Amino acid sequence: MTTEREIVVDYLARVEGEGAMYLKVEDNRVVDLKFKIFEPPRFFEAFLRGRKFSEAPDITARICGICPVAYQTSACNALESAAGVVLSSELRDLRRLMYCGEWIESHTLHVFFLHAPDFLGYQSAIEMAADHPEEVEMALRLKKIGNRIMTVLGGREIHPINTRVGGFYRAPTRAELQVLVPELEWALEAAVRTARFVSNFSFPDFERDYEYVALRDPDGYAIQDGRIVSNRGLDIGPAEWDEHFVESHVEWSNALHARRRNGASYHVGPMARYSLNSEQLTPVARSTAAEVGLGPTCHNPFQSIVVRAIEITFACEEALRIIDAYQPPSVPALEVEPRNVTGYGVSEAPRGLLYHRYDIDGDGLITDAHIVPPTSQNQLSIEDDLRAYVPGRLDLSDERLQWELEQAIRCYDPCISCATHFLDLKIDRT
Amino acid sequence: MSRVVIGVGNTARGDDAAGVVAAQRAGAHGVVATAPFQLIDLWEGASDVVVVDAARSGAPPGTIHRFEVGSQALPTGVLGGSTHSIGVAEVVELARALDRLPERLMVYGIEIGGMSQGCALSPEVEAAVDTVVAEVGGA
Repeated sequence: MTTEREIVVDYLARVEGEGAMYLKVEDNRVVDLKFKIFEPPRFFEAFLRGRKFSEAPDITARICGICPVAYQTSACNALESAAGVVLSSELRDLRRLMYCGEWIESHTLHVFFLHAPDFLGYQSAIEMAADHPEEVEMALRLKKIGNRIMTVLGGREIHPINTRVGGFYRAPTRAELQVLVPELEWALEAAVRTARFVSNFSFPDFERDYEYVALRDPDGYAIQDGRIVSNRGLDIGPAEWDEHFVESHVEWSNALHARRRNGASYHVGPMARYSLNSEQLTPVARSTAAEVGLGPTCHNPFQSIVVRAIEITFACEEALRIIDAYQPPSVPALEVEPRNVTGYGVSEAPRGLLYHRYDIDGDGLITDAHIVPPTSQNQLSIEDDLRAYVPGRLDLSDERLQWELEQAIRCYDPCISCATHFLDLKIDRT
Repeated sequence: MSRVVIGVGNTARGDDAAGVVAAQRAGAHGVVATAPFQLIDLWEGASDVVVVDAARSGAPPGTIHRFEVGSQALPTGVLGGSTHSIGVAEVVELARALDRLPERLMVYGIEIGGMSQGCALSPEVEAAVDTVVAEVGGA
């Protein structure tokens, strides 16, 4: 007799945007598994056609309220490279500093408010706050300093308005950055406490041999630009993305699925960055990683919460370093003359690699745009994780299995709104 | 201490701007929050606080929902949601758990219609904003 089991989550909680999950098991075999993104498509690439190249950072920032700096940066990188403009080290550092602010606020939001409740057995951060008020207060303050950096550099914390192709409309004074220092020094200590707190959670015994894809920057742990590398020997410039990756449509997702040209899934985000570049972390981040038991690489997706805490630590240290060394640039932005050419840009959004490509005509108008957000790239890896995770856990009740599968999905901090430019869970057991 | 009126919303999304417009019309008492998380900081030190947000409960546009935040949790699924499922109702409950609620907190939800990019407030919502501002005390 065939035994069937079906688990269905119609609307996934604690993710950004609208998604669902469906799992069907027959005779202890996974016969169907889908991570569904049903948030409607948002057509940003089409909006960009016919717009002036200089508008791209402000238009694409609107794709996400959590990681607008990532969109602005990848867009600027693409358009600057199209024009043959290379930023001065001062401007590059300012861009990196603003990005550190975004990593701090985005990672803190995910670690404490979206993912920690899974490990501690709460339905929400509100329930968690009653028992762990000290940690939640710490999280609110930590998130705020991230947002503060974005405000000082970007003019406001959501969808910053001070970024432009070629640099910034206005560069901050030394004094404007110096005022951030005391709070960042507190944040660095809080980040270390965060890493200790989350490393004590219990993690399901699960690892996968991922192809990790992230940027690499010879000057430091890659954030705002770099070459695209992987632990399987990939090492390419942003312009070569199309030769190695492909996007396809599947009927259960409004976000395109990205995969390697050979059809395989790959993994972008904190785990990939850490596993490829941990040697380049700043001293406190590195010593904290060692203290909480992370090796030079990490293959258990549930430990992504620890890796995020290490990246918060790094971002605080790096922000302090940049502020300490800061000398205002001679000009806040370089002149960028459009050329009839295609520009490619990448950066490390909090959730992973963010790729932009723009075709520009001789008048500086965008004729075509292609944007590949991290969640689109991770969809296949999420499905592969669940497929590998379920067989060893079929003795669990539907309720427990669903809990763990949702937790597994949240390891990726999926941003469905970005990916549709996702989550309900359904488990079917036969 | 005087009353603080905090408006939550997105001015680029049609009727979703209702809370922000109400705070702007409340004059010197008005403060704008671009994300619900900011509420806890914005009402720090104030004892009499009004929060105005967009609501989507299915009632006709312009309907005004009034909640006196006492010992009961705010209903979920009425006020406008936000990114990562953390909206005004969730932040109010978070503040309660952390003992950071103001002494008196009223939450107004203005039922909205369209959220098209770049559109102005609909007439029904425009009128409801004026009613709310008159109730909570404008400039």
